[in-house]
Amino acid sequence: MSQAVEERFGRYGGRFVPETLIAALDELTAAWARAREDETFQAELGRLLRDFVGRPTPLYRAERLSERVGRRVYLKREDLAHTGAHKINNAVGQALLAKRMGKTRIIAETGAGQHGVATATACALLGLECVVYMGAEDIRRQAPNVARMNLLGATVAPVEAGARTLKEAVSAAIRDWVATVEDTHYVIGSVVGPAPYPALVRDLQRVIGDEARSQALDAEGALPERVIACVGGGSNSIGTFYAFLDDPVELIGIEPGGEGIESGRHGASLSAGSTGVLHGALSAVLADEQGQILEAHSVSAGLDYPGVGPEHAHLRDTGRASYFPVNDAEALLAFRELARLEGIIPALEPSHAVAWLLAESGSESEDAAASASRPGAAGAGAQDGFDLLCLSGRGDKDLDEVIAKLAEIDG
Amino acid sequence: MAEPASPAASSATSTGAGEARVAAAFAAAREQGRAALMPYMMGGFPDAEASRAIARAYADSGADLIELGIPFSDPLADGPVIHAAATTALEAGSGLEQALESCAEVSDRVPVVVMAYSNMILAVGGEAFASRLADAGACGVIVPDLPLGEGAEVREAIAGAGLALVPLVAQTTEPSRRLEIIRIAQGFIYAVAVIGTTGERSGDVGEALRDFVSDLRERAEVPVSVGFGISTPEQVAAFGEVADGVIVGSRLVREVQDASDTEAAVAAVSRFLSEAKEALDG
Repeated sequence: MSQAVEERFGRYGGRFVPETLIAALDELTAAWARAREDETFQAELGRLLRDFVGRPTPLYRAERLSERVGRRVYLKREDLAHTGAHKINNAVGQALLAKRMGKTRIIAETGAGQHGVATATACALLGLECVVYMGAEDIRRQAPNVARMNLLGATVAPVEAGARTLKEAVSAAIRDWVATVEDTHYVIGSVVGPAPYPALVRDLQRVIGDEARSQALDAEGALPERVIACVGGGSNSIGTFYAFLDDPVELIGIEPGGEGIESGRHGASLSAGSTGVLHGALSAVLADEQGQILEAHSVSAGLDYPGVGPEHAHLRDTGRASYFPVNDAEALLAFRELARLEGIIPALEPSHAVAWLLAESGSESEDAAASASRPGAAGAGAQDGFDLLCLSGRGDKDLDEVIAKLAEIDG
Repeated sequence: MAEPASPAASSATSTGAGEARVAAAFAAAREQGRAALMPYMMGGFPDAEASRAIARAYADSGADLIELGIPFSDPLADGPVIHAAATTALEAGSGLEQALESCAEVSDRVPVVVMAYSNMILAVGGEAFASRLADAGACGVIVPDLPLGEGAEVREAIAGAGLALVPLVAQTTEPSRRLEIIRIAQGFIYAVAVIGTTGERSGDVGEALRDFVSDLRERAEVPVSVGFGISTPEQVAAFGEVADGVIVGSRLVREVQDASDTEAAVAAVSRFLSEAKEALDG
């Protein structure tokens, strides 16, 4: 007996969308319920994940980082997946699903461009037309990824509304879909949006945690004590957490604290937001008292989003996972720290998770120790356990920004 | 009567009264042998004062019902014109309160149906939101991102305040789901004329749309209005042939956007509505 594709997670989730989309969401739910049980589909997806994406990605015991924090730390190397981040797992899966559903046109949204590049890549692979909505401001900031998408044959559609960033790009993609729903599939990039997307994207990202759990057991003969991942929309974190939900393992999500929660300039929907509807789902959002959605802020474009996946809101409420904010400055310093300790240049997004780990063990650099409050950082865990951290992407895309910002911090 | 409330406000606070006023407006148009003219306006756009003047112009120019949008930051069902108007209104300091001033301005003369997105209702609270609408004399609410199956508590609160909850039906809505929406519809059914968001289009009334609307009208006890994409008096007349009411939104919002000042905006929307009314009468 197969499990239904969830529409809700506790009180969260649902489908708060224009009526025109309901039939397409029903169709997608039914198609995914069939495809994920279908051996042919799974075999094809498995082949692509292995031969094209490069899975399984390694679980790497980070010796010098472990030494620094005083306990063993393993990094799940999603930065080594094709196109440089976990986003490709979802993009390939959804593009394959769209093709199976007979859709000929793919649309996607992107912020920093990682999901856009992943979707353009999957569309090139499968011969599908691809349009990527991207805020005009993000297009300006992320020129190399725009060039990559164009090279891959995708059309990048600039979005001029609002702050001209990720939130508006998602809205523009949904509006496109409302008008083109008959031949178009919307490849959403995270575990957000109306049902079935939060469950669909989680199902396609759970490969991270499934692999990591088995790799951890191979390496240590035991489960990790803590599993740590960054949370923007929440796809790499839910993908990592999902395999461990029924295990005695602490699940820790790290949100973008921006310039600090008290500054109001952050993207920490779970730590400091309210309950509301954004992009079709009831979840934790950043909104004012009238329900107007606020702009998020993070040094990391991939975390710069005023909402989060509904399953995370549910995991927070039930206490199964804990969520803590990490500020821009801490993430920037952790970016450099990991590069120098391990020879791995992480993306700014997982640098937030690395920063939390460094701070929590009291082993961050002096600059970071002086910088900000960390509500979750009190008290290290037992010394005999080990941690597993999802390194969701590589940092090439962030180099220019990080170098400029570190220069400011270093004075 | 203990309270010196306006006729509109007192009627809308008793259960189902909003629905009765909406029904009366459709009946009056039908008696004149035409469909109801239902212009949309963005409340608080371009600012609160100009918005009140535009509401008066709608009432003066023969609107049978007024659809009043509450500015929202992320209006998923709306195209670029209405989205931009919402952004302008918010930047001018308009929110629920300022938009409802436009409602109160005319709700004793013309029934007003408010269009608001789910998150605004959840943020204020279903009951508080509904009672503020009722206090401003509104008759009903359209929530374009609250499809059948979502927001039971919001539905209860709206009904509890005597407001009609007007559902949308799309051409993509499955037959069994259509029947369920028709069953619980209050006030009227909003038939979405296009597969897409709001915005001006040049399309005629095609065969598929004609069948879609007449099927709804056969099955529903409440009137059926069409909206989305209707932008000329000729289209108003053509859609008026097949539906009980015709909604014009983006075209009128654009007239306001393009006008140099409030006086010009009032003149432009009045001219359009007079022509549309004439086309419907013809």
